[in-house]
Amino acid sequence: MILDSVFSKFKKGLSKTRTQMKSGLGKLFTGQIPMSEEILDTLEALLIEADLGMDLAMELIEDVSKHFPISTPVTSKNVLEYLQKKLIQKLEKTNIKEVNVHGTKVVLVVGVNGSGKTTSIGKLATLYANEGKSVLLVAGDTFRAAALEQLTIWSERAGVEIIKNQAATHPASVVYDALVSAKTRNIDVVIIDTAGRLHTQTHLMDELEKVHRVVKKVFTDAPHETILVIDATTGQNGLHQAEEFSKSTPIDHLFLTKLDGTAKGGIALAIHNKLDIPVRYVGLGEKASDMDYFNPTLYIKALLDLD
Amino acid sequence: MLEQFSSNLENVFKKIRGHGKLSESNISDATREIRRALLEADVNFKVAKDFIEKVKTKALGDDVLRSISPGQQIVKIVRDELSALMGDDSGDMHLSGSPAIIMLVGLQGSGKTTSAAKLAMQLRKQGRRPMMVACDVYRPAAIKQLETLGKQIDIPVYSNHQEKDVLKIAETAIKESVRFSADTVIIDTAGRLTVDSAMMDEIKNLKTRLSPKEILFVGDGMTGQDAVATAQAFSDVVQFTGVILTKMDGDARGGAALSIKAVTGIPVKFLGMGEKIQPLEVFHPSRMADRILGMGDIVSLVEKAQESIDENEARLMEEKIRKSGFDLEDFRDQLLKLKKMGPLSDLMGMIPGMSKVKDVQVDEKRLTRIEAIINSMTPSERRLPKVLNANRRKRIARGSGTTVQDVNQLMKQFQGMQKMMKKFGKMGKRQLMRNLPRGFKI
Ligand SMILES: Nc1nc2c(ncn2[C@@H]2O[C@H](COP(=O)(O)OP(=O)(O)OP(=O)(O)O)[C@@H](O)[C@H]2O)c(=O)[nH]1
Ligand SMILES: Nc1nc2c(ncn2[C@@H]2O[C@H](COP(=O)(O)OP(=O)(O)O)[C@@H](O)[C@H]2O)c(=O)[nH]1
Ligand SMILES: [Mg+2]
Ligand SMILES: [Mg+2]
Repeated sequence: MILDSVFSKFKKGLSKTRTQMKSGLGKLFTGQIPMSEEILDTLEALLIEADLGMDLAMELIEDVSKHFPISTPVTSKNVLEYLQKKLIQKLEKTNIKEVNVHGTKVVLVVGVNGSGKTTSIGKLATLYANEGKSVLLVAGDTFRAAALEQLTIWSERAGVEIIKNQAATHPASVVYDALVSAKTRNIDVVIIDTAGRLHTQTHLMDELEKVHRVVKKVFTDAPHETILVIDATTGQNGLHQAEEFSKSTPIDHLFLTKLDGTAKGGIALAIHNKLDIPVRYVGLGEKASDMDYFNPTLYIKALLDLD
Repeated sequence: MLEQFSSNLENVFKKIRGHGKLSESNISDATREIRRALLEADVNFKVAKDFIEKVKTKALGDDVLRSISPGQQIVKIVRDELSALMGDDSGDMHLSGSPAIIMLVGLQGSGKTTSAAKLAMQLRKQGRRPMMVACDVYRPAAIKQLETLGKQIDIPVYSNHQEKDVLKIAETAIKESVRFSADTVIIDTAGRLTVDSAMMDEIKNLKTRLSPKEILFVGDGMTGQDAVATAQAFSDVVQFTGVILTKMDGDARGGAALSIKAVTGIPVKFLGMGEKIQPLEVFHPSRMADRILGMGDIVSLVEKAQESIDENEARLMEEKIRKSGFDLEDFRDQLLKLKKMGPLSDLMGMIPGMSKVKDVQVDEKRLTRIEAIINSMTPSERRLPKVLNANRRKRIARGSGTTVQDVNQLMKQFQGMQKMMKKFGKMGKRQLMRNLPRGFKI
């Protein structure tokens, strides 16, 4: 079962991450001691060093200090478990948007340059193909050198079809043609790759809006899932990314990539907390099977080094 | 562009201004805000902490306390200290040897391949004869990507689609460099994570066997706290000689520049400023310092802005927008205010990143044109732009000495702005002011 192997992979990925995290956190302190500014500072450092950002970090620290007023006796475990509870509460306030699509499901994948869109599409395609679905990839990145070839290789690896139009220069026209064809052929899942773009490039964001409109032209209720791909190494700029991309095409979920490295990906929590966009998938490597559904509890346990 | 208004440092400024003199307590107010600015810019937590300590010590020195404008003084200390920490502005490289070898390393997707092409283009401009070598044998179509870029800018690329041993590829390329009549060999490597020891060994081997004169670490300008761990690990394995910070055409504050320098001692040499293959930009520490602090020349900007924007006016404006929406009159008011602040090109230059972004070139002429167009409208047209049909637009174009396209373009921009205003109607004044001018797209 692919999901089983994926799951153990996730744990392995996380345990790698966990070893990395150890030095930063480990035990806050040993034994039972009175709550102090120092403990709060250590907690703050931990959260900020995981890229949660000042706002979310402060919010959490405030929660902790309210629950354990200064000089209340506490153990490291008390504090971390409370923090875990608070974080999980925040992560569970928004649910994954699971749509029941009767015909073709259209998935649109967007994000800044190099975040991992194409690779993640390869992974998703593999997942759907393994469920026995017919999958069609759409090469909507008409800009980057060899982007088409990269997606083609992924389509071959996943054993799914790809629609490309070597001549087309505007992504909206590639997408339109592909969706029309998917509709007549009643394909189960269409996944659209897009060129990486910085959210500050207005003309490219307009282009994305256009792609979004074209999708709607063919399937009025589509895209059924729009995924923003965020690299786990991303800092506070990730919030701007999510905000701005949402304006061009409303985002349903995040795909948090490169969690197999040393970066902790806390920016995804900040995005979720501020914009209500939950993480649905995580990327844990460069192979097709290196992905999993996001598991908030596992993730936060790893982040806080709790068992 | 009025982003500065929201800048936390501005508050500190005001506080310190009121006091007139630096004291232990208002320094700690200031340092708290500086810390926040640094952390929001993704400067590493520990790096920020050390930095603040340094600033504190300096700020409490005698000359500061005696200075006339303590607010400016502390900001100056922060900026000077920051830029001093980040190194000097020389984009020099050591390119001896025939051929001279440059190797690019970094995480996945950081911008190595694009930077290789940019670097090649830049070196050719300087009179060298570069070639590129495709040593990413892992990522799908990575070789093809480099080949395509090479063709695009007419730089030779050595690749071997069959070979999986990157050392062999690189060594053959270097041998063949004569045939390519190249004097500089740029090696593009695969992206790798520092926890992947086999992959880290690969670049270590390349380094040992090829002894590149320059090893450039390519880092994404949007990187967060992890910049420190990653840069440190790459530095431990290959002792890189310089840093290229990419994607700086965006709005990332780029705290990674400081973090990387602080932990490895190696300065940023170049910035990547776009997806298009164009020469890299030489890194300027003082500009970077401003960008990290989220301010342009904050001292003069804050002063100018305070002169021309009246708090009261801003409040009235906010109320009006909330009640009756944002119309062309408001749009013109904003323009006039911008103009009052002085030559726009000056102002834009003070804003981090702005002066460098090619497509936000300030066009003063267009501003004047926009003003002329709005002036040619009737008051009711300004209040209710919906009535502007084709005929009216023609009339306005004639009246303002512009074209219908100009009018249409303005209306499009205005509508975008109006849309934005609706959202901002719900925000506070500070956010409102910060976001106002974006829609101008000057
Ligand atoms: N906006 C912007 N995009 C950039 C810049 N540099 C690179 N990119 C884009 O970032 C993405 C990744 O760049 P690559 O050059 O392929 O990065 P790489 O490090 O070689 O990536 P891998 O080989 O996949 O590890 C591409 O979409 C590039 O077009 C830059 O300075 N600004
Ligand atoms: N280690 C690791 N690398 C990844 C992951 N996802 C993507 N990558 C790599 O990141 C780089 C950029 O990915 P790509 O899919 O081309 O990004 P795009 O430009 O957003 O389409 C490639 O080298 C990928 O192999 C991940 O989850 N983990
Ligand atoms: Mg791609
Ligand atoms: Mg590459």
